[in-house]
Amino acid sequence: MNSTTTQTVPATSSRQHWLSSGWRAGVLLVALIVALPVLTVFSFVFEPAGEVWRHLAATVLQDYVVNSLLLMLGVGAGTLLLGVSTAWVTTTCEFPGRRVFEWALLLPMAIPAYIIAYTYTGLLDFAGPVQTGLRELTGWGYGDYWFPQIRSLGGAVVMLSLVLYPYVYLLTRAAFLEQSVCVLEVSRTLGASPWRTFSRVALPLARPAVITGLSLALMETLADYGTVQYFGVDTFTTGIFRTWFGLGDPGAAAQLSALLMSFVFVLILLERWSRRQARYHHTTSRYRSLPRHRLRGWQLPVGVLVCLVPLLFGFLVPAGQLLAWALRTAPEMLGVEFLQLTWHSLILAGSAALIALLLGLFMAYGKRLHGNWLVQGAVRIAGMGYAVPGTVIAVGVMIPFAAFDNTLDGWMRAQFGVSTGLLLSGTLAALLFAYTVRFLAVSLQTVEAGLGKIRLSMDDAARSMGYRPGEVLRRVHMPIMRGSLLTAVLLVFVDVLKELPATLILRPFNFNTLAVRAYELASDERLADAASASLAIVLAGIIPVILLSRSIAHSRPGHA
Amino acid sequence: MSVMSLSRWILPFLSVLLLAGPAAAAEVNLYSARQENLIKPLLDRFTEQTGIEVNLVTGKADALLQRLRSEGRNSPADLLLTTDAGRLHRAREAGVLAPVESGTLSERIPARYRDPEGYWFGLSVRARPIVYVTDRVKPAELSTYEALADPKWKGRVCIRSSSNIYNQSLVASMIAHHGVEATEAWARDFVANFARPPIGGDRDQVLAAAAGQCDIAVVNTYYLGVMLNEDDPEQREAAGRVAVFWPNQEGSGDGRGTHVNVSGIGLTAAAGNRDNAVRLMEFLTSDESQAWYAQVNHEYPVRDSVPVSDTLAAWGEFKADDLDLHLLGKYNAEAVRLMDRAGWK
Amino acid sequence: MPELLEVENCVLAYDDIPVVKQVSFALETGSIGCLLGPSGCGKTTLLRAIAGFELLRSGEIRLRGQVVSHSGWALPPEQRRVGMVFQDFALFPHLTVAGNIAFGLRHLSERERRTRVRELLELVGMPGYASVYPHQLSGGQQQRIAVARAIAPRPELLLLDEPFSSMDAELREQLAREVRAILKQEAITAILVTHDQYEAFAMADEIGVINQGRLMQWDSGYNLYHRPANRFVADFIGQGAIITGEVLNDQHVNSELGIIPGRIPEGCVPGCKVDLLVRPDDIQHDDESELQARVVEKAFRGAEFLYTLELHSGTRVLCFAPSHHDHAIGESIGIRMEIDHLVMFRQERQTAS
Repeated sequence: MNSTTTQTVPATSSRQHWLSSGWRAGVLLVALIVALPVLTVFSFVFEPAGEVWRHLAATVLQDYVVNSLLLMLGVGAGTLLLGVSTAWVTTTCEFPGRRVFEWALLLPMAIPAYIIAYTYTGLLDFAGPVQTGLRELTGWGYGDYWFPQIRSLGGAVVMLSLVLYPYVYLLTRAAFLEQSVCVLEVSRTLGASPWRTFSRVALPLARPAVITGLSLALMETLADYGTVQYFGVDTFTTGIFRTWFGLGDPGAAAQLSALLMSFVFVLILLERWSRRQARYHHTTSRYRSLPRHRLRGWQLPVGVLVCLVPLLFGFLVPAGQLLAWALRTAPEMLGVEFLQLTWHSLILAGSAALIALLLGLFMAYGKRLHGNWLVQGAVRIAGMGYAVPGTVIAVGVMIPFAAFDNTLDGWMRAQFGVSTGLLLSGTLAALLFAYTVRFLAVSLQTVEAGLGKIRLSMDDAARSMGYRPGEVLRRVHMPIMRGSLLTAVLLVFVDVLKELPATLILRPFNFNTLAVRAYELASDERLADAASASLAIVLAGIIPVILLSRSIAHSRPGHA
Repeated sequence: MSVMSLSRWILPFLSVLLLAGPAAAAEVNLYSARQENLIKPLLDRFTEQTGIEVNLVTGKADALLQRLRSEGRNSPADLLLTTDAGRLHRAREAGVLAPVESGTLSERIPARYRDPEGYWFGLSVRARPIVYVTDRVKPAELSTYEALADPKWKGRVCIRSSSNIYNQSLVASMIAHHGVEATEAWARDFVANFARPPIGGDRDQVLAAAAGQCDIAVVNTYYLGVMLNEDDPEQREAAGRVAVFWPNQEGSGDGRGTHVNVSGIGLTAAAGNRDNAVRLMEFLTSDESQAWYAQVNHEYPVRDSVPVSDTLAAWGEFKADDLDLHLLGKYNAEAVRLMDRAGWK
Repeated sequence: MPELLEVENCVLAYDDIPVVKQVSFALETGSIGCLLGPSGCGKTTLLRAIAGFELLRSGEIRLRGQVVSHSGWALPPEQRRVGMVFQDFALFPHLTVAGNIAFGLRHLSERERRTRVRELLELVGMPGYASVYPHQLSGGQQQRIAVARAIAPRPELLLLDEPFSSMDAELREQLAREVRAILKQEAITAILVTHDQYEAFAMADEIGVINQGRLMQWDSGYNLYHRPANRFVADFIGQGAIITGEVLNDQHVNSELGIIPGRIPEGCVPGCKVDLLVRPDDIQHDDESELQARVVEKAFRGAEFLYTLELHSGTRVLCFAPSHHDHAIGESIGIRMEIDHLVMFRQERQTAS
């Protein structure tokens, strides 16, 4: 009797409790495993690093903090500006080329940040064709004219904004499409101008989606190493590397990582807070496709320009430069081996995307079933890896995996005289695990958003008709939110395709990917030779990106 | 999808992944910080000659070292190849390397380019001299690294970031020669002479110098060598506008010689293919391999007997700093801190 | 008749705040019950506990004599054979009407399933709609499909959670009668939750009035109206006004409206103060009467007016009058009591005299 009376009813909504043990334990276990790498790195926090820490504080720490903050502010502003404006124009306005812009605006997503960075460097640096051309044209020499330094904090902000704004665009546009036309028309009938309707009605309604997109973009920004390192901007990420490897102090590096995580924590709070405000969703069930406002006169070039600028600088220019380089160097770079690289990249990205989807689905649904603080916290922690630099995660994966392998091996040797060697370390399983840790947040957030749009009464209805929770997920939720599921898979796919640091550190023998190849050549300052592999990443990423855009365009209310 | 069907789907998939990995009989496993296209042709040649398969993972030296350490005695790696001696020294200190006694190796490689107890062996020498723009600087204006702190170079020096291991090694060598205080004072003055905040790699410094952004740069020779032999006319032209100056030669400063580092290799403590690994080490110091470094990547062979490329020959002979290379590893962290204090980004 | 559903001393709580307190009732096979009460009274929570979605703090729920919930334990909803119709209908948007109805019929063969779906579509009067998607239906049609879907697997008990609340007011009673007819035809035992008494009257055989988590009265609609067990029920069910009176003898009460016969509450001696429930139909408009009251509000109801009248003391009462008796606001009219049986309650705060 005692055991039954101590059972508590969850605070928020009291969903099914009898199955708690299964789902809840599963969610907690997955969260724990996924959090393992981050926890491993954090365990170094307790190593004394006072002296190094004093050194950091006296010399470079301020730079790390200021640069990271400025980078976040800049990229935040940039992605908001580009993402929201393009989403609004393509959703509510009609102009020639709109249908193409709808999907083309997602293309920059296919370009890894470090690749756009070195592409623009090749183009715009002092020794690049633009400035050289300018000097030849005018006869100026060094110091005679001012030209923005691309390899700078400002440059990093621009580069990251150009490739990360599609996150904001993607989610904001989906939110605009879902808005009931009635709400917008009510606003117009109350005498509000289109601009006022946008700023007072549409934007506030879409805010949760905007914030989610923004937090994804900012987490990517915090985790970025390639771009800031290439541009010589000292941020937390570069600082962690320098401290770990240059100063040989994992403790201080972990403490820096912990500080970085506090930034992430703020982001997560912000995102959650905005979700909590999102209860006013879907007040009406009557939808019609939005009548588009036809752009005329001066509006037309402005509207086109709003869409063209991000597309041009985020995709056409860098992809064009890559193409130009690739045409020159492709004969040497292409071959059977190149096909193999491509195959490796695709299979890794595909597998990781599926794993992330399944785990994301499992955890998000577990949270829906048992929304208590423990499960909610576990789900949040499982998503933290997104803002942690790939290298930190790779090291965090490597250490516990090897420890497990060696412990098992030692035990097997002692017990049976058999050596099992390394079972997990150095396998693709370790690599896929690292991807999962890094990108689970992407699938989790997308799936959660999709699930959130399905009313709880759907679950209850299916349960009352004799279906167990797992069956309800498969028979009801998954079909209803297949758009969100597709989005989750494609986002992770593109992310893994671009991923570099974890791949570099954890991959097995004789296993290379397009990203590794592009990086090796680019880091040797052979930008032209790196172009073929870079371009292949971009091309492999374009197809899912287009699919993604189609899935949004076809999403209709009632379907998550 | 229920948990059951999920695991039914995942488990076979994972087991396939787990089985992937090297399986050939005669093989050797190499962790290489030298990137694939600068090592693979040699490894293929080795396989052709011996029938021994070489399994390769490339990556950053620190990451590979971390991987070796975590994997411990079960590490599949037989050999660790890095592009600087400091990391090899660090690997030795971490206890992941094992000594090799090979008459061939000790005979071929001069003692200063290998570990006295055989924990690692240098494969190629990489010099870090000064390059200058020929139409703006006369070689007579140059003498030593130390002299680069002279205010006359204000706003005229290009060099990459202090995060780079080559600069860390260079400063570590100066700490070894002059001590921390003197080196820090030098570094402050040197940083004050920078034409721009450090960005880009070594090639980039050459390009900037050629384009007029600065007059001198400190770079590794092979970057310049590769640029001079590049298909891209811009790169060739830029490299052609600068010349190499060997600092700290006889008669200038203490005459200790130009700073050099080595790329090198060490046998891992966990090596399971020891014999094959030693054969590969010996192969990498053969005439053929040594010539390949010199011809393809314009590095200096560790063996004096091997001829260098025309490009290298054109820069003339130089005296290399004969500092004990393990000191570069020893003073590395100190060098990083020193550069932090000196404001060297 | 055996009791199909027995709810015994059920307590439900969120975060230690009790929302259902010691509720007990039983429902016979084939009858339709209703939980009626203002919003937030705990009626939906109780319904969800019967469905198996909420855990009991204490008490017991039995279906056909078998315990399905007791404190801290509940048989999962999917194992209860209890159908449910939701306030928002919860039709699956990705399935057609036929797909929705067939959703709970997976134990049947393909042919049986088709037959059953056809049967139900005819039962709810929508035979041509099998392949239509929910979003193409009107609210009333969605409602009927939701009912069809819930009863398709022949549940032992059907639960309806405010099933008509999203309907237009005129439609509600009509739909309620339609649904009642369907349930009776299929001999389905059901419980309805609503805050609308007319819906409850139209549909249910037995009604439980719930207030602040307590079951106030479990009775027929007629009795709730005419024999409310307490002031809350009297207030909540139907319209009416409470006026004060004083007990004269064991059969009569003196009040502002005159001396009225009625059943005196237990324990009341002559002189004790009582509250009298006066329904609008207890007061007749009579121009001849000496008892005058002033019209303060009036509402046209077609056949009749509902007047709100103010007595001399300022007390207000309601009165139905045929609609040809059209009086202006402010006018005084004659009224007459037409009561054969008056409901009265002892005043709760007897002054300590």
